[in-house]
Amino acid sequence: MYMITRLTATAGLALLGTTALAQTDITVAIQLEPPNLDPTSGAAQAIDSVLYSNVFEGLTRFMADGSVVPGLAQSWEISGDGLTYTFTLRPGVTFHDGTVMDAADVKFSLDRARAEDSTNAQKGLFADIAEVTVIDPQTVKVRLAQQNGAFLFNMAWGDAVIVAPESIETIATNPIGTGAFAFADWVQGDRLELTRNDAYWGTPPALEAATFRFIADPTAAFAAVMAEDVDVFVGYPAPENLPQFEADPRFQVLVGNTEGETILSTNNKMPPFDNPLVREALAHAIDRQAIIDGAMFGYGTPIGTHFAPHNPDYVDLLDTSPHDPDRARALLAEAGFAEGFTTTLKLPPPSYARRGGEIIAAQLREVGIQTEITNVEWAQWIEEVFTNKDFGLTIVSHTEPMDIGIYANPDYYFQYDNPDFQALMDRLNATTDPAARSDLMAQAQTIIAQDYVNGFLFQLAVPTVANAKINGLWTDQPTAAVDLTGVSWSE
Amino acid sequence: MIRYTLRRLISLLLSLLAASIIIFAVIEVIPGDPAAFMLGVNAREDTLAALRDQMGLNDPLPIRYLAWVGGLLTGDLGTSWTYKTPVADLVSDRIWVSLPLALYALTLSTLIAFPAGIIAAARRGGPADLGIMGATQLGVAIPNFWFAMILVLIFAINLRWFSAGGFAGWDDPLAALKSLTLPAIALALPQAAILARVMRSSLLDMLGEDFIRTARAKGLSRRQALWRHALRNALIPVLTIIGLQFSFLLAGGIIIEQVFFLPGLGRLIFQAISARDLIVVESVVMLLVFTVIIVNFAVDLAYAAVDPRLRRRA
Repeated sequence: MYMITRLTATAGLALLGTTALAQTDITVAIQLEPPNLDPTSGAAQAIDSVLYSNVFEGLTRFMADGSVVPGLAQSWEISGDGLTYTFTLRPGVTFHDGTVMDAADVKFSLDRARAEDSTNAQKGLFADIAEVTVIDPQTVKVRLAQQNGAFLFNMAWGDAVIVAPESIETIATNPIGTGAFAFADWVQGDRLELTRNDAYWGTPPALEAATFRFIADPTAAFAAVMAEDVDVFVGYPAPENLPQFEADPRFQVLVGNTEGETILSTNNKMPPFDNPLVREALAHAIDRQAIIDGAMFGYGTPIGTHFAPHNPDYVDLLDTSPHDPDRARALLAEAGFAEGFTTTLKLPPPSYARRGGEIIAAQLREVGIQTEITNVEWAQWIEEVFTNKDFGLTIVSHTEPMDIGIYANPDYYFQYDNPDFQALMDRLNATTDPAARSDLMAQAQTIIAQDYVNGFLFQLAVPTVANAKINGLWTDQPTAAVDLTGVSWSE
Repeated sequence: MIRYTLRRLISLLLSLLAASIIIFAVIEVIPGDPAAFMLGVNAREDTLAALRDQMGLNDPLPIRYLAWVGGLLTGDLGTSWTYKTPVADLVSDRIWVSLPLALYALTLSTLIAFPAGIIAAARRGGPADLGIMGATQLGVAIPNFWFAMILVLIFAINLRWFSAGGFAGWDDPLAALKSLTLPAIALALPQAAILARVMRSSLLDMLGEDFIRTARAKGLSRRQALWRHALRNALIPVLTIIGLQFSFLLAGGIIIEQVFFLPGLGRLIFQAISARDLIVVESVVMLLVFTVIIVNFAVDLAYAAVDPRLRRRA
């Protein structure tokens, strides 16, 4: 009898062992290491990749599909004139150091981001804020100087997360947020660890611990995934390996959208690109699919304007610039460049630019445009191309969400100066009615496509390779984030 | 001896001064504004100005140079702009990866090269010599990063004996050594090939010397002469090469550190250069220069202690 009881007990335990104990830790690899851990100063996307939603939260937040939902603000009221937002904060939210998150922290965070000595990389998000007032600990009022239809969207950015004055001094190395995971350890150059925040206000995450590793080298990335040293690789750097992972039952491959419009950026003030005919010729010289196939191994969606194709307001304008080398040559001749010309093509490090640049150079040569290719590092690109505007052509992916507004700034590096477009953007900013906004955005997309401001190439795809047993990963990247709050292991 | 040491000391200080000026000048003229890099493309002018001010980038170059050198003299390597951590802390973390890796690789390369070189020299022209020399040709020709990938493919992906990269940390010394093993082998083999060739030719040179002929004339066999007389003398050029290889391995593991994503000094410099974290690059490079110069200084003194002729010539 005794024997039998013991046997049953052992069998029961064994059963428990196989059913109830799904893995609760995860190792995630991304390419670049965050330089520091303060999302509210500095532009490095890696900071958001690790911390967005996991450690830090804002008044609103992005979901996996790019929609904006309430975050630390559980609701809000917008005044009739669209100038005052009254946010009601979620009750019972604490920071990881135990201090309470209240209206004073919101005021502190927003005022800090827009202060004169602020080093927030997206300070423009806060430019319309005139005043932030604490009504009571759960209520905060934000008054805008002018209407801003994108205000709630802006507050969802990683640069607008809520931080506490008590922990701000050491945020760069010891970030204290309100999220479902608390920062645990960072071995610089190697790994960063998060642990579950048991005092989290929302749904507790399934994972107890997460480790981020930073692997920039494509070969090393392949080895780390194949050897199962990492469970997930977000932004896998070698698209040529993806078919191999797809064929392997150990892995799943998610190819998602990003907010990255990849463009052949053109210096609109530099001759001969100040001539619209030349820019039109450029647009017809480009074979988008050949670039996507050759540089990105087929991953990417062609675009005809500067707007994300997965956005409901996207207008398909590919017809304005089909691949037509004969037309390109004719347009060049009409512009007075029957013999072609020579220009510079500066390429930053990502493979979309380096590989894509070689293909584009060949396509341009077909119609008589010779390019002098220079490979530049990012720091050099920002100085030479972005700041000093010393370039003819460059290839770059503009990864900020909803950034068509850059075309309204005549000093922006590609130097497109169209007063009609600028007026249109002013109207868009002052419009809060969704239907009217959609209409204005469609007009904006059409204007820049018909002005052939830049060569619009493709929407950058982001591949994620993961263990097949992992659920709940984001496929798309509406903002740079590896949101682990909904991730779990099956089994 | 005192005069000689003083002269060496003055030349050491002058070298350090020259190195600091060259390092600072070269790194400051690299195009790329560190503040603009940190803030990215949506930064506003006032934000950039505020950050430049915080970083001290608005001060004139000579002032910044003096501030940096002044810091170095008082043992302050500065604070990283991007990591916002003291450079000394960054270096002291990384050195515990790079230094053991260099020593590990050097040990492996010596353990392989000595027997290989001695056997090849002892059996000159025989099949063993031909085989070893062929292998070293291959070892010299194979790039170490390619060899590293092959090691990963075999031992990490197929056999699963090692992880594909990363560093386990010294809390568990065995695990730490294990994570350094593949990188050390990848670094060691090309070095071993060079060392074995030097060992062999140095031994062969010695075997042709008069004192070996005398020893042979006194009745020693070729092998006895080699072991008793030639080997010790042949070691001098070999040790010189080992010394050079050590500095190379310490600073030159950069590609191997990338392939195995190890948090070492090479990767620190690599990341700092692309992020234009100039203070980190300057201080770490200066530290490496300092190490090399001090080692050379010690070697100079050792030579002089051994060989009185050097002292008199100085």
